[in-house]
Amino acid sequence: MKSDSSMPVSKGKVVTAVFLKDVQIELRSRVVTNQVLPFAGLVMVMFAFALDNDDVLQRVAGGLVWLATLFSLLIIVQRSFAIDTADGALDSLRVAGIELSAVFFGKAIALAAKLVALEMVLIFSALVLYRVDVSAIGVVLLVTCVFCATSGLAFVGTLYGGLTAGAKGRETLLPLLLLPVVAPVLIAATRATEAAFGSGGAQTSEGWAWIGLLAVFAAVFGVGGSLAFGSLIDE
Amino acid sequence: MSQVLQRTSATGTRATKVIGALAILVMVWVVVSGLILTPQDVVQGESVRIMYVHVPSAWIAYLAFIFTAVASASWLISKKHSMGFDRFAGASAEVGVMFMAITLITGSLWGRLTWGEFWQWDPRLTTTAFLFVTYVGYLAVRRLEGSAEQRARRSAVVAMLAVLEIPLVHFSVVLWRSLHQGATVLNPNGDVKMDDLMLFTLFSGVVAFTLVFVWLVLHRQRTMLLVDIANRQGLDAAIAARKTEGSVR
Amino acid sequence: MKDAGFIFGSYFVTLGAILVFAFVTLRRAKESSQSVDEKDKTWL
Repeated sequence: MKSDSSMPVSKGKVVTAVFLKDVQIELRSRVVTNQVLPFAGLVMVMFAFALDNDDVLQRVAGGLVWLATLFSLLIIVQRSFAIDTADGALDSLRVAGIELSAVFFGKAIALAAKLVALEMVLIFSALVLYRVDVSAIGVVLLVTCVFCATSGLAFVGTLYGGLTAGAKGRETLLPLLLLPVVAPVLIAATRATEAAFGSGGAQTSEGWAWIGLLAVFAAVFGVGGSLAFGSLIDE
Repeated sequence: MSQVLQRTSATGTRATKVIGALAILVMVWVVVSGLILTPQDVVQGESVRIMYVHVPSAWIAYLAFIFTAVASASWLISKKHSMGFDRFAGASAEVGVMFMAITLITGSLWGRLTWGEFWQWDPRLTTTAFLFVTYVGYLAVRRLEGSAEQRARRSAVVAMLAVLEIPLVHFSVVLWRSLHQGATVLNPNGDVKMDDLMLFTLFSGVVAFTLVFVWLVLHRQRTMLLVDIANRQGLDAAIAARKTEGSVR
Repeated sequence: MKDAGFIFGSYFVTLGAILVFAFVTLRRAKESSQSVDEKDKTWL
């Protein structure tokens, strides 16, 4: 990034620049499209093999979508930070005096974009493979759920990705750290998705309370993550 | 070395000996009272006796994790980044994880007797299990390679976020209750009518476990200080060796 | 006592865990204090 050291770069510009950089890297390496999406699709198929019962699959479809999302999240985060630390990109950002919370948001938004693409595919797979239906109001609920859940996951993923990136032995820590923390998202997103799908007689009205929880989670980690990210990279 | 000949522990002081002795005394009282003196419960029978070790264990575990978060916050806020806070946070978390493990195991045994099953997926048990795994993760982060300062920084962030998990999942407990009208929050000690001796024994249990907590944390924290000093000395020696190497050439 | 196994088991696990932890703590304390001078032990 070219920047005159006497003129501070606006936070908005930093966020946009980091976001575009991450998106460009993805477009060039096509990790998500070529590796993660097939993996996620495969996971959905394997669930079907393991559970082998149409009624059961329809009932648990919501949960399976978000489980597959979480597993894929681990891969995406590790990959994203592996690239950054391999080139020392994070270090040079820090040295350049860039506002690190802006870097956090830039990376989180890029991660969110990848996640949304992933979740769209997974929900579509559920509709097709597990034969769930969605009503019109269910679609609204589903979209809101995806937005709120993805925000939370992106913030947490970026934060813990930053923490565990780099030295050998740190990447394997990511699943252990990340999964317990995102458990509330798994629970809430599953309940909301089940409400949208109408699984087990769930009403769409029941889903909105869970959306509230997702929003709170996203807010907490958005704020907390941006504050903490700087000090974690500052090593 | 005279240290080898010392009967007392290297990190022991008069205070820890007193606390340790008190802890043993109160603990003996709790065991005797819990197993023999207290009456059995009207509903649960003898299995209520597990309450006297399970409940204090849970409370002290929560206390330990809150201490870890507060100490981590103190480290982050303090200008000098005084490492004592970080060491306390780590020691408290270690003891907390131990008590949480005890809580989960004794709770599971108690559940087997009262509900017929070793485990239930109700909000409270799920919270406890997640908390346990989270703090195991915290301890793993503390063992990552790096300087003492890096360790303090990383684990402080994890601790402060981990402690948020407690109210967050409790919020979803309330949510769960309101949404799933059928679900009963399984509570082994919810229907126990406690007479005075039972209450006093429970209270004694909390006292005993707190004393144990303090004793363990004091020793652990001092040991961590020793380890940090030894590491720093080792590092200084290595740097000095490099310097002499350089000057000889 | 009915269910004595589970009840004694709980107490055994509890006390056992505490004692093991205490023992390991003291042992690590002794080991690490051997490489450090007395003057650095701020609690003495």
